[in-house]
Amino acid sequence: MTEQSTGNDVCIIIGASHGGVNLAFALRKEGWEGEIHLIDQDPNPPYHRPPLSKAHLTTDDGLEKILLKAPKAYEDNNIQLHLGHTVTAIDHVHQQINLEDGSSKKYDKLVLAVGARPIIPPIKGIDDVQHLYPMRTADDVNKIRSAFKQSTEKRVVIIGGGYIGLETAASLKKLGGEVTVLEREERILARVTAPVMSEFFHKLHTDNGVDIHTGKNVVELRQNTNRQEVVCSDGTVYPADVIVMGVGIRVNQELAEEAGLKIDNGINVNEQCKTSDNNIYAIGDCTYHYNNHYDRWLRLESVQNAVDQAKIAAQALTEKNPKYDALPWFWSDQYDVKLLMVGLSDGYDEILKRDESTDDQHKFSTWYFKGEQLLAVDAVNNAKAYVVGTKLIGAKKPVNKQVLSDPEQDLKALL
Amino acid sequence: MAKITFITKDDNTIVCEADSGSVMELAVQNGVKGIDGDCGGVCSCATCHVHVAPDSVERVGEAGEIEKDMLELDDEANERSRLCCQLEVSDELDGIVLHVAH
Repeated sequence: MTEQSTGNDVCIIIGASHGGVNLAFALRKEGWEGEIHLIDQDPNPPYHRPPLSKAHLTTDDGLEKILLKAPKAYEDNNIQLHLGHTVTAIDHVHQQINLEDGSSKKYDKLVLAVGARPIIPPIKGIDDVQHLYPMRTADDVNKIRSAFKQSTEKRVVIIGGGYIGLETAASLKKLGGEVTVLEREERILARVTAPVMSEFFHKLHTDNGVDIHTGKNVVELRQNTNRQEVVCSDGTVYPADVIVMGVGIRVNQELAEEAGLKIDNGINVNEQCKTSDNNIYAIGDCTYHYNNHYDRWLRLESVQNAVDQAKIAAQALTEKNPKYDALPWFWSDQYDVKLLMVGLSDGYDEILKRDESTDDQHKFSTWYFKGEQLLAVDAVNNAKAYVVGTKLIGAKKPVNKQVLSDPEQDLKALL
Repeated sequence: MAKITFITKDDNTIVCEADSGSVMELAVQNGVKGIDGDCGGVCSCATCHVHVAPDSVERVGEAGEIEKDMLELDDEANERSRLCCQLEVSDELDGIVLHVAH
């Protein structure tokens, strides 16, 4: 890139979800003058993913309610959308990408915002069942919704008790489903949160009429005339009209791998989102990056990381000198519970629970410490705890645990 | 039908009309700069922050508890701040003016 102008430079972004779309607009904002091409396999105009398992599933609203940007905004910003196209290879020597229709396109800068795809484990019989779907795209939701509506008994079996599985469970329960969640570990959310949170969500779902079974290893799927059966290693069998697979994701790293980019647990990028190739950047769920605050390398599956890395990459591509230094945050909505999470709790050695519940509402927060350092906060119906936690973690400020543990005392006294 | 006016940080005035949906969705559909709505409208990200024009404050009303707490993450927050994903379009809002905070 010349230092005078990006006027003739072409930036190609592979992946038009939260990361790719935000990057395209951020690039314009930062002054990129050349062409911007946004390519995605998904034929739909780019949309928000988090609502897919929540409000989008429970309503009949179309995608227009959850579009990331207005169609006109792409035109106004001269961002060229290429939807329904698959990139088959990156030729980093000639700086071009190849597409499935045999065409190719040259780039000056390439950004991989390729995300991840649901893991579909090789369970016996998985190819034979008619209504088994992951929960990652708008098309997945259409299929789940349609199979659900067409069935008379509305029996749903969800394989995997992570956030996606549990949100889907809550939504389909709301639609009148008979919902069962099968989790392989001894508790739900085992990979992502502490036992105290797992217990809370287990009870929340049970109270709302969802059956949760832990320690269940699914070994076979069967297709009968009108229904499917989910068979576990202990011999139990669950009939299902719809099966939803929510056992995690796998990074779409093949293009990067074949192009010879450095890969660890995802596509390796520096603090400016640059890969091991000078002209190729990567952002979002697919990146393995260094987190300054926690002083370690990690991969995040979150909107926050996709959007924040998009901003950093846009600055880097326009020759500023940014440095990624964001605090991870997440959210989940299930029934009337709003969960807000900030920070990463891995490595905690102490948990403090601050309970501010009333007779008619759950309201509490879980605070994760390593020694005196506050690592993370999970806040249930408690935005104040989330906000105070965000400020304390960000500032690495010592926390008065006595004040924190006493729900009578205002959290703001900690700031 | 409600007519809602957004004034962006760079002084663009965008007048939008709608019958329903959230004010954040309306802003995004009309490409109002500075309204991102990263969380899709569930009051989790504080990226749809507006300052309600003094004349419109009474009609728009006060922020809810969660919304007020979330606004504290933003240095630009003041007593006229709202997260516009929490505003439902209705006839009541016809004619209001919102200044985008970022």
